[in-house]
Amino acid sequence: MSATLTTTDELVVVAAQRRHRWIRTIDGIGLLATVITVIGAILWAFPLYWGIVTSLKPDAEVVKAGMKLYPDHFTLDAYTYALFGTNIGVWYLNSLITSVATTVLVIIMAAGAGYAISQLEFPGRRVLWWMILASFMIPIQALIVNHFILFSQFHLINTLTAVVGPQLLAPVTVIIYKQFFDSVPREMKEAAVVDGANEFQLLFRIYLPMNWGITTALAIITFIAAWNNFLWPFLAVTSQDKMNITVGITQVYDAFGVKYARDLATAILAGLPVAIVYLIFQRRVTQAIMLSAGIKG
Amino acid sequence: MMPVGFFFRRVEDLAVILRSKRNEILTAAVLMAPFIVVYGVLFIYPTIKMVQISFTNAPLIGEGSFVGIENFVRLWNTRLFHTAVWDTFYFVILSVLPSAVFGLIIALGVNRLKGWAQSVVLACFFLPYILPVSVVYRIWSWMFDKDFGIAQYVIAPFNGGEHLSIFRTIPVFMPAVAFVTVWWLMGFNVLLFIAGLRNINKEIYEAAALDGAGRWTQFSKITWPLVWPVTVLVLTIQLILQLKIFDQVYLFANGGRTDATIVMVQYIYKVAFQQNHGGLGAAASLVLFLIIVIFSVLQFQVLRTGSKDN
Repeated sequence: MSATLTTTDELVVVAAQRRHRWIRTIDGIGLLATVITVIGAILWAFPLYWGIVTSLKPDAEVVKAGMKLYPDHFTLDAYTYALFGTNIGVWYLNSLITSVATTVLVIIMAAGAGYAISQLEFPGRRVLWWMILASFMIPIQALIVNHFILFSQFHLINTLTAVVGPQLLAPVTVIIYKQFFDSVPREMKEAAVVDGANEFQLLFRIYLPMNWGITTALAIITFIAAWNNFLWPFLAVTSQDKMNITVGITQVYDAFGVKYARDLATAILAGLPVAIVYLIFQRRVTQAIMLSAGIKG
Repeated sequence: MMPVGFFFRRVEDLAVILRSKRNEILTAAVLMAPFIVVYGVLFIYPTIKMVQISFTNAPLIGEGSFVGIENFVRLWNTRLFHTAVWDTFYFVILSVLPSAVFGLIIALGVNRLKGWAQSVVLACFFLPYILPVSVVYRIWSWMFDKDFGIAQYVIAPFNGGEHLSIFRTIPVFMPAVAFVTVWWLMGFNVLLFIAGLRNINKEIYEAAALDGAGRWTQFSKITWPLVWPVTVLVLTIQLILQLKIFDQVYLFANGGRTDATIVMVQYIYKVAFQQNHGGLGAAASLVLFLIIVIFSVLQFQVLRTGSKDN
């Protein structure tokens, strides 16, 4: 999953060099490093595996001593319970609505603002750009008290609107769009202007389609971040039917004591969408994460 | 003599230019408006409000009266707030350094692998990073479970053969939460380090090898200096991120039932939301806000001087 933008020629050369180097560096220490890395990877992934295996075991087997790496009696009971015995359906829906709404709004807002700052001349442009740069790392956690006051003034506490609200602050997304719009060749714009295109057509017909990959990447990580957000949804919502899934599964306990398999099954269901999104769009996710960290991918 | 039409054409041109200029500003206004509204309502306004409320004795919801710097004096004299600041920095040290060091080591290892093997190994390290905190919390509660947790096989020998309730034993609570956090977030560091390693020109190593530079020399003289800017980036991003820690600490402490392991955001939550002291909560928020701003400025300076060196 190479994230560097290289031409095919360069790739061929690099591949040849690497192969060359590979042959020369097969030695004791190198082999040891590789073995340690692979063992590390297995250990790192083990808790995930163990959680999944446990969720597939019947209760009696879960608490049996010893380390059983696979279930003797495979069962989906925990999942059946999680799906039909809890509010998970509602929480899923709430998570989906708030995450999709956040993503769509952030992308529209950031693309528009990024385009205006990158391509248009207007009073206050420089001031705005500096403000956006300066708020690169808004400590949103420090604003929880006043966000809560604000949303309660509008009687929006315990609504999905409140959950979405503060998540719309995404200056980094604007910065990334601005940088990518900056690098669109001027000639493209001039040609379109000669053909009579207005600014909106320029944005939607040229600048956005040319940066479709970036939009996908940013949309995916905005979605993942919104889905995973905990603190604000936890504060903004206290009624069970408005909770999203990350909050719901930690705030609502079973009345009949701890059931490990059930707890893990609900957790796995909560993490499943983002895990799937990551596995499908691996390259885009890593690209967007590096861009957000300030590394051109 | 100048043809009459020339003058008129210039006026028309000017009108067109002015109109397109006005159009441009109008377009910019339309495109910027949503962002400016969100930025103003959800960032500028709450920030100003935070400063204002921090000088009052307001409850969470409702009006309060001006009390000067009383809230800040109270924070200064409150042991619980000291604990919160101390625990936050303790957590930062426990989580940031290990996740950077191990991140670099693992990146070096992963970078040696090729093709699908690299993808699979990288995914193993990275997958935890994209999971929600609740999933991480459930998985590690089960791993560390006092009665049936599989990690007790490793822990018990160090505890005289007894099982240890990790998250109810105060001295091991922070290290354990930091350990889980490193497991959760280190994939991010690995990713950044790999990007940094890939940017190093392979020819430098070839040349160094021809000159007879050994593995250690190559690492200390080539890899380390060239990866240093990424290291600074990783350290500062993680530092600022972990200063805002709340989720894991709160969840593993079973809803923050003990004050001994409180962190700053949790302190804000406690005084503002549980004890209904909006003013005091805002004052603590302002302190946290300023700490983070100071570290962000430092980060900016360090990164700027770092990029000048190259």
